[in-house]
Amino acid sequence: MLCDNCGDSEAVIHLTQIVNNEMTTYHLCERCAEERGLEPGEAVGSLPLTDFLAQMGKSSPATGTGSDAGPCSFCGLELEDFKKTGRLGCPQCYVTFDAHLRSLLRRLHGGTQHVGKVYLPPDPTKAERQERLAALRRKLDKAVAGEEFERAAQLRDQIRALEAALG
Amino acid sequence: MMDLTSLADFGLAWLEASGPHADIVLSTRVRLARNLQGQLFPTRARVEDREQVYAQVRQAAARTDTLQGGAALDLAALRPLSRRILLERHLVSRELAGTDSEPPARGAGLFLGPRETIGVMINEEDHLRLQCLLSGLRLQEAFSRVDRLDDELGALLPIAYHHEAGYLTSCPTNVGTGLRASVLIHLPGLVLTKEIGKVLQGISQVGLTFRGLYGEGSEVVGNFFQISNQTTLGKSEEDLIDHLQKIVGQVIQYEVQARNVLMRDAPMVIEDKIWRAYGLLRFARSLSFSEVMNLLSGLRLGVSMNLLPGLRVYTLNKIMIYAQSAHLEQAAGRNLTETEADVHRAGYVRQVLSNEGDVRSDGSATGGMGEKQR
Repeated sequence: MLCDNCGDSEAVIHLTQIVNNEMTTYHLCERCAEERGLEPGEAVGSLPLTDFLAQMGKSSPATGTGSDAGPCSFCGLELEDFKKTGRLGCPQCYVTFDAHLRSLLRRLHGGTQHVGKVYLPPDPTKAERQERLAALRRKLDKAVAGEEFERAAQLRDQIRALEAALG
Repeated sequence: MMDLTSLADFGLAWLEASGPHADIVLSTRVRLARNLQGQLFPTRARVEDREQVYAQVRQAAARTDTLQGGAALDLAALRPLSRRILLERHLVSRELAGTDSEPPARGAGLFLGPRETIGVMINEEDHLRLQCLLSGLRLQEAFSRVDRLDDELGALLPIAYHHEAGYLTSCPTNVGTGLRASVLIHLPGLVLTKEIGKVLQGISQVGLTFRGLYGEGSEVVGNFFQISNQTTLGKSEEDLIDHLQKIVGQVIQYEVQARNVLMRDAPMVIEDKIWRAYGLLRFARSLSFSEVMNLLSGLRLGVSMNLLPGLRVYTLNKIMIYAQSAHLEQAAGRNLTETEADVHRAGYVRQVLSNEGDVRSDGSATGGMGEKQR
């Protein structure tokens, strides 16, 4: 797709604006976007995934930050496949493409560290139980503070069960 | 396997119009994306892998309190009409429903709890998509329910989880909590006062996103908007839910304000709009679905503002679902061309409104600016 503004370079920034209830989508090349004050690195917070991927594909060879991870050892997915589809092949891909995903996740979500629910697998280890317990206690504090008593009761039951399992 | 989609109200508990703000918020949905360890994600998996995942999850689902005694639907084996019906009832995604000519890949499934508001989609983009769908604005409740099911399934299945990235998903936009909470909200006041653009822009600036009636990529029909969280990583589930709840609460306030402004500045225009919508739906002989949706928007506004006494939100919700093409075909017992469907649709709407929504024409709650003046 060519730039809406100059018409001769490939559009890399896709901006959707709502002005006076009219939705307009602009497709701009990097230079024209910059002239309009749209820094690819900044405005990016609200753009959809495919645009991030387009950007990654564009900027990594030039800046040389892309690690040549090679295909995923478990599912064989290449980074190029991911850039095309936006879908990873298996859980292991998160390890394989760690370097690429890290910056992508930061742009998409504003962070890379999960702070939500801690998974408790079947037959958990002591450490896994403790980690889960800590997360549940954080949630309980919040539920109590927010006066969500039904939720708090549910969390308390889970905490008691875990404490009993830990002895 | 019994074809449960032929049951008249299968999976439609969310239509009951019971929760808070049910006149403005049609439904609340919370879903959690989960995948199994050591398995390729569904889009990359072979048929055997997908079928193994289906079997493994089905076995686990049968052992949970939440899903025990519910329904297990093998979507690839369902007839096209049944799949369309599930889609029209918002129980499966477009991807999982497939199309008439192209059924979903083998291993695609839907498990629903006996109370039908909670279920799991199997082998959609992720191995498991747990979801709870409730009537009205009930984010905490929907999350609590789906969280409990997640605990139950997590104790039986090895879930792909990473201490830093959280729950691992096929698309990085879902990683972390895997949580997408959304509300389907009716905003005619903001559309009529042309304030909607500002509101939607505001929404996207606070980490939320909006879509049309049927999710990603779908159009806005009948002034219904789906508002949901955009990010899934770096915040706890409770924070994501709270934030959405707070913003949706504000949007409802704006909507109510917009309605008040309309009733203050142009009451006759609004009443006329609502009654015209009622008249068309009550008597028209041919109606397209988008026409029905747009007219229903007028009726919903009227019911919400007590301008159409005797008409219930539930009736409007029901029409929204049963006036869709697959539901009409099911009722007719055969395929319908578009023209035929429009005629059947108008017939169905007339019948429902005459049975449970026959509003007296002087039923004005604003002091009878209509008939009484004569």
